[in-house]
Amino acid sequence: MKRTTKTLVVACGAVAAAFGVGAGTTPAQAQGKTITLCWAAWDPANALVELSKDFTAKSGIGMKFEFVPWTNYADRFLNELNSHGSLCDLIIGDSQWIGGAAENGQYVKLNDFFKKEGISMDDYMPATVVGYSEWPKNTPNYWALPAMGDAVGWTYRKDWFARPDVQKDFKAKYGREIGVPKTLDELKDIAQFFQGREIDGKKVYGASIYTERGSEGITMGVSNYLYDYGFKYDDPKKPYAMDGFVNSANAVKGLEAYKELYKCCTPPGASNSYMSEGLDAFKSGQVALQMNFFAFFPGLYKDPNVGGDKIGFFVNPAGPAAQATQLGGQGISVVSYSKNQPEALQYIKWFSGGDVQKKWWALGGYSCAKSVLNDPSFPSSAPFAKEFLQSMGMVVDFWAEPSYAQLLQAEQKRVHDYVVADKGTAQEALDGLVKDWKAIFKEEGKKF
Amino acid sequence: MNELSASSRITYRAVMVRPSVAHRIRGLSDRTLAWLFITPTIVLLLAINIFPLLWTIYLSFTNYRANRANVPTIWLGADWYQSILTDPDIWAAMQVTAHFVIWTVVIETVLGFGLAYLIDKKFRGHGIWTTIILLPMMLSPAVVGNFWTFLYQPQIGLFNYVVAFFTGRAASSFQMLGDVTLSPWAIVIVDAWMWTPYVMLICLAGLRSIPDYIYEAAEVDRASKWRQFWSITLPMALPFIMLAVLFRGIENFKMFDMVNLLTGGGPGSTTEVASITLKRAAFESWRTGYSSAFAIILFVTVFGLANIYVKALNKVKSR
Repeated sequence: MKRTTKTLVVACGAVAAAFGVGAGTTPAQAQGKTITLCWAAWDPANALVELSKDFTAKSGIGMKFEFVPWTNYADRFLNELNSHGSLCDLIIGDSQWIGGAAENGQYVKLNDFFKKEGISMDDYMPATVVGYSEWPKNTPNYWALPAMGDAVGWTYRKDWFARPDVQKDFKAKYGREIGVPKTLDELKDIAQFFQGREIDGKKVYGASIYTERGSEGITMGVSNYLYDYGFKYDDPKKPYAMDGFVNSANAVKGLEAYKELYKCCTPPGASNSYMSEGLDAFKSGQVALQMNFFAFFPGLYKDPNVGGDKIGFFVNPAGPAAQATQLGGQGISVVSYSKNQPEALQYIKWFSGGDVQKKWWALGGYSCAKSVLNDPSFPSSAPFAKEFLQSMGMVVDFWAEPSYAQLLQAEQKRVHDYVVADKGTAQEALDGLVKDWKAIFKEEGKKF
Repeated sequence: MNELSASSRITYRAVMVRPSVAHRIRGLSDRTLAWLFITPTIVLLLAINIFPLLWTIYLSFTNYRANRANVPTIWLGADWYQSILTDPDIWAAMQVTAHFVIWTVVIETVLGFGLAYLIDKKFRGHGIWTTIILLPMMLSPAVVGNFWTFLYQPQIGLFNYVVAFFTGRAASSFQMLGDVTLSPWAIVIVDAWMWTPYVMLICLAGLRSIPDYIYEAAEVDRASKWRQFWSITLPMALPFIMLAVLFRGIENFKMFDMVNLLTGGGPGSTTEVASITLKRAAFESWRTGYSSAFAIILFVTVFGLANIYVKALNKVKSR
């Protein structure tokens, strides 16, 4: 009797397994073909999960996702790549990783695959191809497909700007109408105007900007000022020659201006703020202006408290020397240690499709495909689409060298020491940065 | 034999076998048996402690980077050691570490001993108070780091409001974690809050180990409470206090998690203790050779200081 029951249970189990019965089981998983995609845990990742359902439906390949919060994203996945781990078949890695990942053989080179499948980099926005796919930069060596376009932009409280009392007071103080700032000086005026002001009985502050020390925050923030004031990573004619470019008199002024903004116009306790702290400050109605990546803007626009008519978006304003903004975003790469490379490549091929790219944008991801971005209807497709397009035309990225992490750490330390910890002068900070970067490049065997 | 039941047969076989195994084991010398027992432990120790240590020492003389395993490894001699010991940033990190270790150990020892002294009096409800006092050390440092970040938040943090209540300053007028002067103290306060109970426990064990008859003899000799404290309590509890200082000193010298969560080493590098610098060099910059040399320097420092301290502790105990 017992034996009969046992046989029945085993038989039922086998039948259930054979037909893929069970929660969340897909046909692909039943076939045993599942690939893992690694990325940061944020709004666009949720959009990608939604989008990828189409891939599974079409190819029969199941998708697993490994999403890690931004603060641990680089640590977690660079550890994974450096230890030759095969957790990720596909990785949406940060733009700065590309040099190291290419030179250390962690990403699969995609040139032959692109050629075979007819995927052309001419179909993508040039800045995203250089930023997310190429290594060495400006050479046709591709290690990723541009996946998620992004840049630093700004949000503002449109409803506060529209208040008659605000408009009246602002005009009285600055002699002009309050509006979207065109320059960094105007931005500071607005931030200063709102700092400590009472709105609906609540004390509010000027701006939330990036000041985070641990990973990359303050560098991603200060760069928007440095670029606008004339900072350059090196001599355009002589690579790695940094003297007079990183620490030029204009760059020094840019760094000083960022510190002034931090000191005058940020909420108390904003000494270690990055993306999520910025979102918190804006969503809780603390600040009039917020510096953040475009990737968050769809979510902010939908926010019931500060979204819709209450929020406006603008590109990083111009400085005395230029108008530029920090590149964000990532490309999607196939990991060399993956045991499912054919399936991972199949995903990339599918992802590059025109319809998929359109849906990607519609779901909240930022496509880099010209077919989406150059569509005449694109600028009006979302309240921040025009600004995104404009920003992608003026992006500058941090070093993408294999030693980028060291270069980044040096800037984090030098800039945070000056801006937040009041250590030394701006000139000393940038001179020190040049010294650090030279030492790193020297260790790398670079000549300059 | 054939008539024996199945269970009896098994017993019989066991009885037959037992003398032979026993005999074989008895044939081994004590020394061999001892080796037999400790060999697994030694192998494990060699594999997970000694080998990595030796490997780290080797790496500290090379240019090896864990993220570039394909690059040929070059022998650099003592270059890393020289560059670390002459690097002002490293010395700044060591100063931050020293500030953190010294102040946390002093505060925790004074408060821990004071609390142990009070709890030892066995007043009414002392059991509940002991449990309440011990609660912080039962929490994970990650949890402590996170919730103190909220407590220190200038606009909504309880800490700022308490300070504001007593000083009359506005709660948002100062920031514990973002201020260069206050942040080194902010991490000291959190560590003291969390680990004073641990020191208290060790001191309490010391106080409870003092026999009552010594106090009774002192009472007979009409020694004052003050005299009893200085002549009996403190000297007899001193080895325990010193042990607590040793444990906390070593632990705080390598403090990472809590400080990393509270300040990430900031503002600037104000709270960048040595272990944060080491982590950044090892797992963010991937300068494996460099960070190995730094780790060895830290190890030698802790090992050296701990040895000197243990000798002093032994002297106190032998008095």
